[in-house]
Order: sequence, then structure tokens, then C-alpha cells
Amino acid sequence: MKAFTTHCGIAAPLLRINIDTDAIIPSREMRRVSKKGLGEGLFASSRYVMSDSRELNPDFILNKAEYANTTILLTGNNFGCGSSREHAVWALAEYGIRAIIAPSFGAIFYQNCMRNGILPVVLSNEAVMQLSDEIMQDPQKLKIEIDLQEQKVSSKKGLHFEFDIETGSKEMLLNGLDSIGLTLQYEADIKAFEQQTQKQHSWLYLQN
Amino acid sequence: MSKTLFQKIWDAHQVKSLPDGTYLIYIDRVFLHERTGSIALQSLAEAGRKVRHPEQVFCTMDHIVDTFPGRGDDTVMPSGKDFIQATRKEAKAAGITLFDIGDEQQGIAHVISPELGIVQPGLTLVCPDSHTCTQGALGAAAWGIGSSEAEHAMATQTLRINKPKLMRVWFEGELNSCVTAKDMILHLISKFGAHGGAGHAIEFAGPTVEALSIEARMTLCNMAVEFAAFTGLVAPDQKTIEYLEGRPYVPKGEQWHQAVEYWHSLVTDDDALFDTEIKIDVAEIEPTITWGTSPQHACGISQTVPELESLASEDARTAATRALAYQALQPGDKLLDLKIDCAFIGSCTNSRIEDLRKAAAILKGRKVASHVKAICVPGSQQVKAAAEREGLHQVFLDAGFEWRESGCSMCFYAGGEHFGKQQRVLSTSNRNFESRQGPETRTHLASPETVAASALNGCITDPRTMMRTN
Ligand code: SF4
Repeated sequence: MKAFTTHCGIAAPLLRINIDTDAIIPSREMRRVSKKGLGEGLFASSRYVMSDSRELNPDFILNKAEYANTTILLTGNNFGCGSSREHAVWALAEYGIRAIIAPSFGAIFYQNCMRNGILPVVLSNEAVMQLSDEIMQDPQKLKIEIDLQEQKVSSKKGLHFEFDIETGSKEMLLNGLDSIGLTLQYEADIKAFEQQTQKQHSWLYLQN
Repeated sequence: MSKTLFQKIWDAHQVKSLPDGTYLIYIDRVFLHERTGSIALQSLAEAGRKVRHPEQVFCTMDHIVDTFPGRGDDTVMPSGKDFIQATRKEAKAAGITLFDIGDEQQGIAHVISPELGIVQPGLTLVCPDSHTCTQGALGAAAWGIGSSEAEHAMATQTLRINKPKLMRVWFEGELNSCVTAKDMILHLISKFGAHGGAGHAIEFAGPTVEALSIEARMTLCNMAVEFAAFTGLVAPDQKTIEYLEGRPYVPKGEQWHQAVEYWHSLVTDDDALFDTEIKIDVAEIEPTITWGTSPQHACGISQTVPELESLASEDARTAATRALAYQALQPGDKLLDLKIDCAFIGSCTNSRIEDLRKAAAILKGRKVASHVKAICVPGSQQVKAAAEREGLHQVFLDAGFEWRESGCSMCFYAGGEHFGKQQRVLSTSNRNFESRQGPETRTHLASPETVAASALNGCITDPRTMMRTN
């Protein structure tokens, strides 16, 4: 997994609430049994003029010149709700998104971000609005800076916000660690747990 | 100490509390499907990792597989075949149980897992699919995860997670005629918002829930995720035990008795505390339907689309404005009598035998309006077979419905079959998001009774007006 330490990048405001994973990547764009090749399908329903074309919709924010090379999204409540498809996160990552700032996230989506090196930052609605108001004045210049170690978001004109993140996920992101590997350090605990339950609740275990 | 049902299950599965404040939770069962499970199996194998307990992992073909009679590996969705064949290959290599196309136990994951007794009270079950919460109806902790988490669960038989907050939604009172579990959950979401249950494991309880059948409880729990909940669940009771007895994967003999004894302990203690409690008198609920593009955009069927000023926040007004433009509706529009183009009875929300019976009771001897394309897709091959034994398929066919093989089908658009642009669909599924059922398709969610009644009249119809007196 790609590590996340600090990031300074162009942010784009997508200030709707309840942007679901179908909107982030429509099902029809998930063509292969692969985590790759999904970036092109990101936001396909709004990014292209027609669902079956690749002609860019000039009104969609990420297609505008001011927002070229966006790496941070500023968005509304419950971003990433809906379907559990991790393809939404793989598509965002492939497009180049490194962080998403929202008042809240869909729970499965939030975890999926953590597992794929995208930092989901929870800030109040007001903070998201203040950041958006500022960057909109000149998106290419007024970049946003995120420091994961310090848990801080700051803007060029001096806005500062702190955010919470659980320490395990933070460590994993900072060091680009693989969560399966980390968990397997607890192999002895898992084994002991299995032996104990097998005694107590033997019916839980299916035999082939 | 007094504990809630969820707390009891959680405690019984806690392998370790980790230094970062999360928990290592033991996972008893993993369920996969060909759309997200294929990639999890493949990626696990590529990383050189093994499935720790293949006998606890199950997989079905439900999302991409066609539902036309005589189906095979080919799909209307371009490249669907790749998903199907990759899943078959990976499932075999991993040594897990696959309910393949043509298998009489095949069906939608959340329909067949309870039907086969794979999910049981008190156990933990995860699936890379958001509607896994459906299975909480059996008194299990069952929740949806991403593909990477599914890999983690298969490789380690655990997940590292935060403990969700606890909520109880208490339903009491007598249900009005034609009001079902679907209407209860739509009502709840419309009242408290699509974000209302965020971060919570929700126990649905109270006399009305106790009176619901197990299948209706599945409908209720199914949409917990549309309420942004971590999961939903219902305490097991005598009905749960009777439902499970004799199903293929439940314990047998002495083990059955031990299990039942344990299941009896899985109730919320009298003075256990929840972080949040909601109480709803179901007498206030009428058949409920959505008007917009979020499950929270729902109201009683006799009501009108709300005026924007009545909505709580600027965000909600902006979202509603966009939703109404998409749905080609205006504030103040009446929902009753609105012309529909299609009707869909199916999905993990409402595709079980009781759902089909209720719809058939309304359809019997009647015909779907000639301009309506109507499709019924049983949730599993076993549901389909049971319906055919009762002759329900004939009722659907005679009324003008298509009768399909089981799967997710038109619940979502995978890139294959869909209802068509700007078509207004009355659907028993759980998501009315933009383009969920196809590009620009306009979805209204409702119960099987409401969908059946509306299909007959060709417009949104209150099912109470179509009930027979005999
Ligand atoms: S029926 Fe619909 S909601 Fe249910 S699992 Fe299938 S696609 Fe998802």
C-alpha cells in the first residue's frame, strides 16, 4: 500500500451530500476482475456527456482547467455511502486522489480508503465550507496541505483544522503497511481463541 | 453486567483488544459473490496467501449472472462471463463452497445464507456486499465489508474494527392494513435521514418486530445500511429456532440442542444501555414509497412530494432539488396515480416466498396494465421452486409478469440488462440512487403489495384499494 505522510495538492469541492459509490464508479464501469483500469470510470455518469461515451462534460468540476490535477476532494455528508464496492476507492486512487475531506463517510467506504492509501479526513461541515470558499478563488494556487502525523489540515491563507483518526489506521497509512501482515502477528491469540471456542461452541465449526 | 444483544456477540468474538483502541474480532463465516468476491479471492491468491478455514467460506453467483430462463456463463453484461469463470476457478482453487449457476441452492447471497442455515444466531458473518446486514434478522452480527477486508477475513479469520455504537429502534403498535416491514424501514429512514444510524449497530426490537415473521425481519434489517448503520439485528426467539431447524448447515443432534440453549441467552438484558434509542408507533405508518433518489426521500403513499421549505437544511434542499429534476417531479406533486413504466419484484429486500405470496394475492386473476413491463425475480432457486409448487409462477405469468431464474437482476445495473432511460420503475429493491437500475432510470421503492397493485393499474396505487375481501 502507498504510504501517506504529508500531502499538498489541488482540492476540488463536490459539495453534495450522500454521494454514493454508484456515483463514484457506476457498476457498468467495473469491467474486469481487476483493481486496475478503473480511473477512467471515476464519476463516469457526470464526467462524460453520455453514459456510453468518453466525451468530457465541460460542466463537471474535475473537467475544468482550474481543477486540473486535483488530488483532494472536499465534499458533503455521507460520502461513499451505498454499495460496498472497493472499486470506488481503486478508481479514486488511480485517478490520483490522495485525500477526501468530508463531515462524514459511508462506513465501508471509509475502511476501504484506509486499506488503499487514501486518507479520509473528517472535518465539520463548516470547516469544509471555509476551505471550499478559499480554494475556489484560485484552485491551482490555493492548495491544501494535509499532515497525517500531526493530524492537521491547513490552507494557504491560514485556515487550520485538526482531525481525528484511530492510531492503528494512522500507523498503517503512515508506513504503507499491509493489514493482513500486521494481524498475523497475533496468530497465537487467534489460535488460542479458536481452541477455546471449539470447546465451548463446537457447533460453530463446519466440517467439509 | 447487563449487556445488549450486540454486546454479547461482540464479547464472544473478541480475540484481542489492540493497542490502538480497535479490536481484533473473530469472523465465523465469510460469504462472497462473483462481483466483489472474485477479486478478493484472486488478490489473496496472488499475494500467496491461503484461506484459513475454507469450510467457513461460501460463494454464490448472484450479481452478474443473467436471470433469463436457460442461462449459462454468457451474460448480457459485456465481460460478465469473465467474472463468473474467474470466480469458479478461484473458488475451486481455494477449496470453498460455491453455489454455482444451475445449482438448486443458488441465489442471492443474503437470501440463501439464511435459507441454508449458514447464518445462525450469535455468530459473526461478513460479505463484501453492503446488504449483508439482512442476515442480522437471524440474530447474528452480519455486516458488509470491502474486498480488501474480505481478503483479511479469509486469511486471518478476523477483522480489526472499531466498536460500533449501540442503538435500539423500538417498534410498537398495530400495523395498518398493507403496511409491511418494508414500509417500517422506509418510514424510519425518511424520518431520521439516510445518515440517521451512522456508526451504530442497530437492534430492531419491540412488540411489532417480535410479531414479524423471520422473512419480514430480513426485509427490515436489509435496509439498515441505507440508514448508514454498521448493521441491524433482531434477537433470536422461538420463531428463529423453528425457522432454522432442519436446514442444511445448522448443527445436528446433540449439537443442535447445545446451540439452541446458547441462542436462548442471546437477548438484550432488561437494564442494558444503548447509546441511542428511537421509538416508533407503527400506527402512524401507511404504505410508504420513495419520491426522490435517496431512501430518505420517502413518504406515505397518500402524501405529496414535500415542499422544499419543509426540508430541514440547505443541503437537504439542494439534494431534493436535484432528485426531483432527475425524477421529473415537482414539490407538491401527488404520488398516487403517477404513471409508471415498469415494475420489479425481487432483490434481497423482497424476493422471498412470503413476498411473492403477498404480491400474487393481489395479482391473482388480474392483468398488468398493457404499457407496463413487469418482472419477478425470485431471490433463490429454492424460493423459485417453492413458488412453482404453489402455482404462484402461474399467477405472475398470467398477470403479464416475466418469471425469472434467481439473482440480483434488475435491482442494479451491472452494464447489461436495464429498464431504459427515464423509465419510471416501481421496485421492491432497496436503492433508488441515480442510475442504480440503469442510466437515467427513475426508481420508486415500495413493498411487493404496492408494486403489484401499481403494476395492475399502470400507475402508483395504494395497495389497500386492491385488496380482496374474500
Ligand atoms: S439484490 Fe440488489 S441490493 Fe441485494 S445484493 Fe443483489 S444487487 Fe445488492
